[in-house]
Amino acid sequence: MDVLLNNLDLFGPFFLTTIELFAIAAVGSLVFGTILAMLRVSPVPVFRAIGTTYVTIVRNTPLTLVFAFFVFAYPLLNIVKVSYFTAAVVSLTVYTSAFICEVVRSGINTVPVGQAEAGRALGLNFGQILGQVVLPQALRSVVPPMISTLIALLKNSTIAGGFSVSEAGAIRSYISERGDNQMVALLWVALGFIILVSVLSFVQRSLEKRWSVAR
Amino acid sequence: MNNVLFDVPGPKSRIRHRLYAVIGIVVVLALIAFVVYSFYDSGQFTAQKWEWLQYAQVQSDLASAVVATLKAFALGAVFALIFGAVFAAGRLSDHGWIRGISTAIVEFFRAIPLLILMFLFYYGLPTLGFDTSPLFAVVLGLTLYNGSVLAEVFRAGVNSLPKGQAEAAYALGMRKTQVMFTVLLPQAIRAMLPTIISQLVVLLKDTALGFLVTYPELLYYARYIGSQGAFARPIVPSTIVAAAIYIVMCLLLTALATYLERRNRRSKKHIEPTDRKAEQIVLGNAAGGQAFGGGLGGSS
Repeated sequence: MDVLLNNLDLFGPFFLTTIELFAIAAVGSLVFGTILAMLRVSPVPVFRAIGTTYVTIVRNTPLTLVFAFFVFAYPLLNIVKVSYFTAAVVSLTVYTSAFICEVVRSGINTVPVGQAEAGRALGLNFGQILGQVVLPQALRSVVPPMISTLIALLKNSTIAGGFSVSEAGAIRSYISERGDNQMVALLWVALGFIILVSVLSFVQRSLEKRWSVAR
Repeated sequence: MNNVLFDVPGPKSRIRHRLYAVIGIVVVLALIAFVVYSFYDSGQFTAQKWEWLQYAQVQSDLASAVVATLKAFALGAVFALIFGAVFAAGRLSDHGWIRGISTAIVEFFRAIPLLILMFLFYYGLPTLGFDTSPLFAVVLGLTLYNGSVLAEVFRAGVNSLPKGQAEAAYALGMRKTQVMFTVLLPQAIRAMLPTIISQLVVLLKDTALGFLVTYPELLYYARYIGSQGAFARPIVPSTIVAAAIYIVMCLLLTALATYLERRNRRSKKHIEPTDRKAEQIVLGNAAGGQAFGGGLGGSS
């Protein structure tokens, strides 16, 4: 308990940064991942190929490597200078989008074909069918795996701590500088994550109940 | 992919799609060209930055870094599979207390970020007087995290089997342990093989976390070579090489999963699971890269 109370000035802001990192990256990957999924089901073969290539490459690359690229290699490239926090958000978004894309796509596959056919019979075009008929149902049906992916994103955000972002994953190194017990500090960090994950699981269960599609 | 969200395009649509395709290709090519130009502009493609790959010493060091990655992967995979099988059996036990303990352990290790687990074993245990090494921390972390995910995969696999399998085994006079280990688990593992292997891909990628607890694996070596002044600090080239090696290793594992899945479908021994819902949970999550409660490789 002492380790937590003596270092509240660390735990508070660092966990807040974790939540901030999670929130921004979550919104980013939900948007980008859905766009990727739309590319992957589009009638234009080139778009499908682009989406598939992206997902295949990113899903087979370790997130740590993505971080290493954006934190160590990217700054050498004279494009736009970014802070460590931004680099972490970009890394997490780039990585998580590929998984969100696959979740959304599996959701699109659960929507009965008749829905799209009915849409076409009414004269809707592909964008309208996807945006107004299929995607709303697909997104509802994939709430559990979607939140599982977001939980993974939350846990993955600790890697940012290893790349100069002051968030929960970095608490340990500060504690060791202050000379407090690292084991105890790490157990508190673990407890923090158990609480955050439980909150997300709770959201998952209530959304699942409210949004389940009657078919 | 035979998705039927759209009709077979007619002549007008085909022209329109061709136009979109051209625009798409131009945009993507422009992006790639921009990135390549930035690499070129900042001198990442100069011969000097790639020279390091020619040194025999560097090559053998790179090879041993890959071996270190594979070693962590192999140890982690074997232990995680054992851990998963044991705790899946525990969660399916008839004894409430065994179920309770197994559930608690599995849920606990799935809720904690893998990196924090590795930190616990590498930095935490020494404060309690235990000697640890980076390899120990990496393998133990990978085992506990991925083992917990695999336990859920095995459990869903067993639940998806037709009930008659267990009933027939009991009718033959088998004991519970026998039923589980000689009848149910082998079939569950066979049915779940593609999911299990995609979890092993996650495990392989997670070995890169070893970098953050000073385990000298592939990414660690890429970073080391990238900081060498003697080779003009080729961090961009070394990251590209490391990424290529990781992607090839993971794709090989994925190809194995696809091959096994196809062979499985042909095999007569394959039993079509009756419980579609249990299957869906696992497959739905496999699409997300992991099992329920949030895997995705917990980390990388």
